[in-house]
Amino acid sequence: MTDFNTMQDALINCDPDKLVGLVNAALAENVPAVDILNKGLIAGMDIVGDKMENGDMFIPEVLMAAKAMGECVIILKPLLGEDESTRGGNVIIGTVKGDLHDIGKNLVSMMMESAGMTVHNIGVDIGPEDFVTQIKEKNAQIVCLSALLTTTMPMMKQTIDAIVEAGLRDQVKVMVGGAPVTQAFADEIGADGFAPDAGSAARFAKILVA
Amino acid sequence: MFEVIGERINTSRKKVQEAVASKDAQYIIEDVQKQQEAGATYIDVNAGARIGYETQDMQWLLNTIQPIATVPLTLDSPDPAVLEMAFQMVEKTPMINSISLEKERFDAMIPFLDGKDCKVIALCMDDSGMPGSADDIIARADTLVKELNTIGIGTESIYIDPLVQPISTDSNKGVMVLDAVRGIKTKYPEVHITGGLSNISYGLPQRKIINRTFVTLMMGAGMDSAIIDPLDEKIMGTIRTSDMLMSHDDFCMNYLKGVRAGTIFS
Repeated sequence: MTDFNTMQDALINCDPDKLVGLVNAALAENVPAVDILNKGLIAGMDIVGDKMENGDMFIPEVLMAAKAMGECVIILKPLLGEDESTRGGNVIIGTVKGDLHDIGKNLVSMMMESAGMTVHNIGVDIGPEDFVTQIKEKNAQIVCLSALLTTTMPMMKQTIDAIVEAGLRDQVKVMVGGAPVTQAFADEIGADGFAPDAGSAARFAKILVA
Repeated sequence: MFEVIGERINTSRKKVQEAVASKDAQYIIEDVQKQQEAGATYIDVNAGARIGYETQDMQWLLNTIQPIATVPLTLDSPDPAVLEMAFQMVEKTPMINSISLEKERFDAMIPFLDGKDCKVIALCMDDSGMPGSADDIIARADTLVKELNTIGIGTESIYIDPLVQPISTDSNKGVMVLDAVRGIKTKYPEVHITGGLSNISYGLPQRKIINRTFVTLMMGAGMDSAIIDPLDEKIMGTIRTSDMLMSHDDFCMNYLKGVRAGTIFS
């Protein structure tokens, strides 16, 4: 009998060798890959996200846990049905035009991927029209806008306005984040959500597409 | 001597924004005086956070600060029009914060800086984003120095900001910037190195010990200025002690003065 808790613990303790061993052992016992992914890895990363949100785990540990998970996903991917690996939600994430910061956005992207979502990280300095094009192309359910400068925060509003004008606002939920961004600002510009850190961003994204 | 650019007068700080919005001159004056007493050698003034009010906020801040300023000011804005107004208002030769290699910013700042008597902070940032290696930082610094020299700004008036990046996301980010500082100083011994320090500790607990240890290493590599909160006694104590150890404090006078005043302690 596979113990998913042990798998989650290996993830939380940032122990990739042990985790890969546990995943292979579970597969040898004919545990379905989708269960290993959802009940072991994604459930474990949910705990990692919570711990990050509470200040009990820090960025280097979260990166290591995500790396360990990534190694396991490579093993599991060929064994997963197409719908099983993409059912977590389809997300576009980018930093708005005029802003070149990418660290926070990449962390959010990584946590969302670890939460089982399909994330299209489209980069930095992305104009409103490019977000619109990408939403259409990727048929996204969530679009995440990042800005780290008070001077580029207004570009978040312009991007949301462009999404409204393109008639896509009912199709996508909009999340915003970045050091100077607040819940009040998110409300003011008509975003659906704001998250102060990568762990809560992933949790909130799951709620939005549930 | 290490130059401390006091970062507190910034409208993105809640209390400063409240003081600016309510025209509370006393709050601003006291804050600047405290920074000067603590050893700030420049006072940075940033009025950018209240969108749409930058010109009038900058004007009010400078009118408030100028009469009591004993050190020069660092005029902090991406907008050349705001800087031009601010430049006319200050008495001592100011420092401009900042130019970078991002095309839009560079093209806007060069005509403003051309022919002016000022110091300038030059960020190693270009349109491809943050630098990815020490060589990358050095190459960007090199371009900035050459371009600024061309419009009459001497190397000794340039403050290169190599852009400190979080070590939490990549364990090599400390060594990367330290190597870059050594490389820049080898090529241009007269250039200054400045910047914020706290980015190094982003995403880690107990950030202040990281910041303090890092400033010591950076000073060893050639950093001779930083944009910090001068009211943080511990980092100021570390900086002054390092300054003494690097032969910038004759007969250890500043160190001893700081100890007697109670601002330097073990």
